[in-house]
Amino acid sequence: MSEPALATRALHKSFGSLAVARDVELTLPRGVRYALIGPNGAGKTTLINLMTGMLKPDAGRIFLGADDITRLEPEARVKRGLVRTFQINTLFPSLTALEAVTLAVCERRSLAGTWWRRLPAHRDAVDEAYGILVSLALGVHCHRLTRELAYGQQRLLEIALALATRPKVLLLDEPAAGVPRDESAGLFAAIAGLSQDITVLFIEHDMNVVFRFASRIIVMVRGRILVEGSPDEIAADAQVREVYLGGARHG
Amino acid sequence: MTAVAGQIAAPHRYLEAQIRWRAIETVFWLATLLPFVASPSYLVLASQIAITALFALSLDLILGYAGIVSLGHAAFFGLGAYTAGLAAKHGWGEPLTGLALAAAAAGLVGYALSFIIARFRHLALIMTTLGMGLLLLEAANSASWLTGGADGLQGVRMWPLAGTFRFDLWGYAAYTYSLIVLFLTFLLVRRLIHSPFGLALRGIRENATRMPAIGASSRAHIRKVYTIAAVIAGIAGGLLTQTTETVSLGVLDFQRSADVLVILVLGGAGRLYGGLIGAIIFMVARDQFSGINPQYWYFWIGTLLIAVVVFLPNGILGGLNQLMSRRGS
Repeated sequence: MSEPALATRALHKSFGSLAVARDVELTLPRGVRYALIGPNGAGKTTLINLMTGMLKPDAGRIFLGADDITRLEPEARVKRGLVRTFQINTLFPSLTALEAVTLAVCERRSLAGTWWRRLPAHRDAVDEAYGILVSLALGVHCHRLTRELAYGQQRLLEIALALATRPKVLLLDEPAAGVPRDESAGLFAAIAGLSQDITVLFIEHDMNVVFRFASRIIVMVRGRILVEGSPDEIAADAQVREVYLGGARHG
Repeated sequence: MTAVAGQIAAPHRYLEAQIRWRAIETVFWLATLLPFVASPSYLVLASQIAITALFALSLDLILGYAGIVSLGHAAFFGLGAYTAGLAAKHGWGEPLTGLALAAAAAGLVGYALSFIIARFRHLALIMTTLGMGLLLLEAANSASWLTGGADGLQGVRMWPLAGTFRFDLWGYAAYTYSLIVLFLTFLLVRRLIHSPFGLALRGIRENATRMPAIGASSRAHIRKVYTIAAVIAGIAGGLLTQTTETVSLGVLDFQRSADVLVILVLGGAGRLYGGLIGAIIFMVARDQFSGINPQYWYFWIGTLLIAVVVFLPNGILGGLNQLMSRRGS
């Protein structure tokens, strides 16, 4: 058995008296497509913030592969392959799409400190960035400023930036947030098409999307992991029906 | 469709075209030679403009590109000025090595302070840089045994440039020297901002939150660019000392930090030529207005500043750029 791609042990975080993560034990095997679902305020985004180092946990540990990364800075975690996207577009408005992705490629290749060579001289970095944009159907828009891209294209650029870091584990915080339903399928098709070497965990509210694209589902409620299982198990789980799917009771 | 695909098949070509040397740049630099022939009586002013432009270029690196606001940038200008002045006063009047000393002193202090700078943003950053500037001014004021205090540093004697050209009252050597240093530094800065490092700086300016999420260590980038900017500011300060053969506390004054910020905003921050254009406009305006009414000339600068910020948020260069692209389309 190989070790999991990402795991948390007894992760705990409180804001004052409000516990937003309670004893979170998570184990993501390599290559799975996990959906993280739960009602608003369940602590899903907080969990991503904790795992990526944007929040410091009060207690508990985080492992990427065999390594304890609990104390690493966010950028060091990214360098090791733990990468996230943001629910609210967190992009570089006045960079072109190509510049933004090239920047991420340069950071990964440790070229971003180079100041004596021109950017176009690093042709392979530029080409790699362009290739990522093409794979997400952003190729023709690569020279447009980020802020001039359509909203759905900006959501794709969120993913493009993450892919440029060559992630091992990709945490997608509502990748289709704000995207019309008919467009979100295309966005998730792009996610489903990612390499099987990448472990993906995504937060999503649309149950059709969740059941279609996730191989496993985690349900969070009030900072705690309620249940984890295959889509069929989750669909049949009485607890989930009660606390998450609107509290609808049968019989 | 094939035409579009053909263009984008080599995306680095597009980037190359974006950063290539333009004809208008050659025209600009040729125009900097005009004072030699057209108005030799203004060579001293021209030299001051070149020095101010160099100082503004330094601020542009951190403010215009990396988005680091500083209200204490005169600290490095002053460090360079006093270092060059002290070297000359104590027997080493050779300009080029003196300038290297000025650059090194400012760079060292800049590097030390960059560890503080890289931790802050926004208001905290403005206050920190302001505090540093005030601190250094008072230190220079009280250490009058070293700096001459409010009387200024006396006895700065420069050796001829390259052993031949004296810094005289007419300013031939001064402007030649300042202009060459400005041009060479400009070429370096131009190279820097078009490099991967320059792109990373713009990334920090555009979204400091996203940078760690793409694996970037913003703090390392900020420390580096702050040190480079300090070196350039130190060179500018050293040039002023060497071309005027005096140093006063004014080199460290808050007014100088504020002026260079105004110059950059007027010309257009983050536009490479913004500081240069701003310096020309500011210095010529000051020369003209203060001839008419020396006490109130900031009234006009204030008016100009408000007008530019309201009507041309990207500075005069940004406005020109917009005009050109509108005509082009």
